[in-house]
Amino acid sequence: MNALLIRDLRLAVRAGGGLGLGLAFFLIVAVLVPFAVGANTDLLSRIAPGVLWIGALLACLLSLDRILALDFEDGTLDLLATAPVPLEAALSIKALAHWITTGLPLVLAAPILGVLMSLPPQGYLWLVVSLLLGTPALSVIGTFGAALTVGIKRGGLLLSLLVLPLYAPTLIFGAEAARRGAAGADVSTPMLLMAGISAGVIALMPFASAAALRINLR
Amino acid sequence: MSLNVTDLTIARGGLPVLNGLSFALDPGQALILRGPNGSGKTTLLRTIAGLQPALSGTIDAGEDQIAYAAHSDGLKAMLSVTENLQFWADVFGQNDIEPALRAFDLTTLQDRLAGTLSAGQKRRLGLARLLVTGRPVWVLDEPTVSLDTASVALFADAVRVHLGQGGMALIATHIDLGLDEAAILDVTPFAAKPEARFGASDEAFL
Repeated sequence: MNALLIRDLRLAVRAGGGLGLGLAFFLIVAVLVPFAVGANTDLLSRIAPGVLWIGALLACLLSLDRILALDFEDGTLDLLATAPVPLEAALSIKALAHWITTGLPLVLAAPILGVLMSLPPQGYLWLVVSLLLGTPALSVIGTFGAALTVGIKRGGLLLSLLVLPLYAPTLIFGAEAARRGAAGADVSTPMLLMAGISAGVIALMPFASAAALRINLR
Repeated sequence: MSLNVTDLTIARGGLPVLNGLSFALDPGQALILRGPNGSGKTTLLRTIAGLQPALSGTIDAGEDQIAYAAHSDGLKAMLSVTENLQFWADVFGQNDIEPALRAFDLTTLQDRLAGTLSAGQKRRLGLARLLVTGRPVWVLDEPTVSLDTASVALFADAVRVHLGQGGMALIATHIDLGLDEAAILDVTPFAAKPEARFGASDEAFL
């Protein structure tokens, strides 16, 4: 289990590993939106939580097909499926590795990019908390999408279409929590709902992912 | 501990390829599978490894006994030889990768990135993985592809040592490995007739 996590992280930081892809995309979104919307601080600070959440979500989406496609191509998945590690656990670990290399950097970068978006001062804490609680769900759901589309050549489009609706609840509650935080309102309801979604998918989604992957490996 | 296959029917892409296949493998025995391309050798090995279900029949191999080696070696180009092998050793709960490196003459290459190895060297690394699984039944699909004669001899030695320790090997291959003690099974007589369905769903056309 640890071996798989360490290997995935090591691969991500080696050349061509794709670490920083999501982060760079997130940065580009946060830098370009103020240019596109115009130097209207009021408007920017109002849309900041939503734009940062969409940026994080799309940045996550960008690297999803890497979770399993590379391992499928070089035959690692076949060998892993015959290894003593349960496939459910292996996929949870791969989702965790994806979160550490994609989700966590986004969470850490969000406050800095919040400055570019003129996020109100009281919004920073709740933006970070909502992303911290929400991005694990994005990685776990993404792993399910990757398991569904793993055998398909250039399955990236199909993967996005399959995963986006599943991302919607997390986005709605996450962005709402961040928005309420920025407006100084009570964040508990959306935050709890989103945390519940995250906890639920982390507990249940690996079983669906493993079932989908077993069918795709046949 | 043995591998027993009884009255097995298997399908590839929804079409039955082999039917009524039975064999048994006891500790210390090797079985070489032969048959023309497309006769179902790979499908048979994948089914025995548990990667796909059989249409009918039973495979009795016990839990977690099989080490499977496919056409592709599952190597990561950006990891070194040692890192690749150590990863699989960790996954299978083993520690010592030195004997595996020595058995396949990889000691001098151990710090090279797997991506910079030649095809034959990669294959040797892929086969060295079998030694770190610690599992008794080796299920090997064309293990000698891109190996030179010296490396084939290394491989045959590794199989012999494995059999000597009470292991088993099921090998699909076209060349002569020099394993005189191994039995040979030609799968051609077991080919399923095209019109026979055996309950297979024709998913390729759905």
